[in-house]
Amino acid sequence: MATIAEPQKMNLNGYVGFDTITRQIEKKLLKRGFQFNVIVVGQTGLGKSTLINTIFAAHLIDSKGRTSSEEPFRQTTEIQTVSHLIEENGIRLRLNIVDTPGYGDQVNNENCWEPIIKYIKDQHSAYLRKELTAMRERYIQDTRIHCCLFFISPTGHALKPIDIVVLKKLSEVVNVVPVIAKSDSLTMEERVAFKRRIKSELGFHNIKLYPYDSDELDDHERALNDSIKQMIPFAIVGSEKNVVIDGKSVRGRRNRWGVINVENEQHCEFVHLRDFLTRTHLQDLIETTAQIHYEAFRSKQLLALKESSSKQQQQQQQQQQQAQPVQQQVGPGAPVI
Amino acid sequence: MSDNPASAPNSGLKTAISAVIRKKLQGYVGFANLPNQVHRKSVKKGFHFTVMIVGESGLGKSTLVNTLFGTTLYPNKGETEPSDETPKTVEIQSLSADIEENGVKLRLTVVDTPGFGDFVNNEESWKPILENIEARFDAYLEQENRVNRRKMVDNRVHACIYFIAPTGHSLKPLDVEFMRRLHTKVNLIPVIAKSDTLTEDEIKQFKQRILDDIAYHKIQIYQAPQYEYDDQETLAENREIISKIPFAIVGSDKEVELPDGRRVRGRKYPWGVIEVDNEEHNDFVKLRQMLIRTHMEELKEHTNDVLYENYRSEKLVTMGVQQDQTVFKEVNPLAKMEEERALHEAKLQKMEAEMKMVFQQKVQEKEAKLKQSEEELYARHKEMKDALEKQRLELEEKKRRLESGRPITPEKAKKKGFSFNNK
Repeated sequence: MATIAEPQKMNLNGYVGFDTITRQIEKKLLKRGFQFNVIVVGQTGLGKSTLINTIFAAHLIDSKGRTSSEEPFRQTTEIQTVSHLIEENGIRLRLNIVDTPGYGDQVNNENCWEPIIKYIKDQHSAYLRKELTAMRERYIQDTRIHCCLFFISPTGHALKPIDIVVLKKLSEVVNVVPVIAKSDSLTMEERVAFKRRIKSELGFHNIKLYPYDSDELDDHERALNDSIKQMIPFAIVGSEKNVVIDGKSVRGRRNRWGVINVENEQHCEFVHLRDFLTRTHLQDLIETTAQIHYEAFRSKQLLALKESSSKQQQQQQQQQQQAQPVQQQVGPGAPVI
Repeated sequence: MSDNPASAPNSGLKTAISAVIRKKLQGYVGFANLPNQVHRKSVKKGFHFTVMIVGESGLGKSTLVNTLFGTTLYPNKGETEPSDETPKTVEIQSLSADIEENGVKLRLTVVDTPGFGDFVNNEESWKPILENIEARFDAYLEQENRVNRRKMVDNRVHACIYFIAPTGHSLKPLDVEFMRRLHTKVNLIPVIAKSDTLTEDEIKQFKQRILDDIAYHKIQIYQAPQYEYDDQETLAENREIISKIPFAIVGSDKEVELPDGRRVRGRKYPWGVIEVDNEEHNDFVKLRQMLIRTHMEELKEHTNDVLYENYRSEKLVTMGVQQDQTVFKEVNPLAKMEEERALHEAKLQKMEAEMKMVFQQKVQEKEAKLKQSEEELYARHKEMKDALEKQRLELEEKKRRLESGRPITPEKAKKKGFSFNNK
């Protein structure tokens, strides 16, 4: 076999023009459009729907809160998916938002995370099946969840036991981004203390959150990731309504003692979260899902398949061996059918 | 000397005892001083009040207690290391403090319930709380039934402040379950915790939905009673307090500085400062008024007269104590004696009849026995007579034979010996 030698760097004598490949890729991708799937997980009343609507500056999902006494309490975690197509400067983004009403709302919340984990794994499984078929499409529809926004209640003390359990399970199958919901109930000092406590708990329980460390990052990216890791969990406030501050109409919340500007970095970290999700790490989220989580799922599945098929073979061999002595017992003269 | 016929005192003997006549006084008697006497006595005795706070962790329970009573009853929870050990059940922690204001002593007991609603499975989280409240009722009941009741301590829970998380939607299943199980045992006062996270409209809607939920599930929260004979001001105040339930509160035991230089109790955010004691900002003032300034005695009374009594009746019925209806009838001694005498006579008659019966029975038995022995005797007599007769006949026969000849007993003749009478 011919061994491929290390490529040597050569200087060009004239302009060839293959640097337009980026533009060619862009044109292709523009035609295809992008797909982004996000799931929101958190107890009722933490502002999940409002936050999504604020991030994408459009009313994409409705709050699933219980508003009338006659409405019954939800008995399990439900999975509700909403699909939207949003466009900005010619770039089309197909957005799938998965809401999980009923999570953590019952008196007994044991196994309330199972529907969520099952849904995420099902998406991986569907993609795997489509990949493995003999006649597969040129471009497989990607319904795998790229990002999970986990909402932490602003108690100011520590993570709840249910949060820790669910975070552990989720971080194994999806990119988890924790946020502190309704952080306008925490003063600055409380917020700092709360974040410190959460980080120490996450470290204690070995919960791996996005962004992950990787060798391929250059210094600039690593610095960016570090600053993100410093800020996690993001303390956010969401709002779909506009308030007028200094003559400008911005999204915010008005109380009798003050006005919160959602886009003000001094007030809350919404801007950082939005930039993180949409402006800097959107592509990375999609890629990490495919390269890390999906690959892990795929290898586990295929290994399991191989094991089960080898087990089947063993069983068949055993059955054949058992069948032979029976034939011998029938007798040498008897015809073997 | 009275010249006013309307106020002429009647001779009290003639007036009916049941009619209460309002009298005007001629001079100053002095019983208007009674409230002061009561006041002095109670102040000397001191007051006590037990309040229970229930809610998920992180809703500001300890801070609220500190804010209500103006002292740091609960020290700030220091930062603890994360560990795998978590408590498995709801604890009940009781903290007592003696506080004094203007010479009035108050022994305040706060019962905290850490762990409520914090577990993955909260199905039994109200049990320890319910058991604690009932145990306090039981202790009081036992004290009441003692022989020496001079020193009675009232440990019963007079009010329970339930903290609702500020979701903005409506009550959670855990809230409904808890309130349904405890509303007949304790005065429930629901409050919306950390309400600085809600705007004015959201608070209004949230309160309405909470009240709807409470009415829908037939939960009885504490209703401040209204008396008609109160003055207008108090009535208006009470109405305002009732209209604000559930109270949307914010607690703070720290002081912050306002932009205009004043120092107030509150919370400072980059976008503004919320004052705890400002009625425009939150309902804390109303809660404090109701709990301490106006309705503390009402709460205690309601606990004693209604909640405790209901518990007591239920408990005694289940213990098998029957309600003795005769205590409600009028007692007339003569009638009672007649009754007793009649009863006694009836008893005597019964005894007599019994004894007669027994006597007759015995007589009959004896007669029968005697008859039997008489018959026996007669039979024997007859037998003996027959035997005698038989013997007599035999003897006569023998005598005849002897006299008539001798051939009857040849042996006898032979035996006579050798006689020369050889015939």
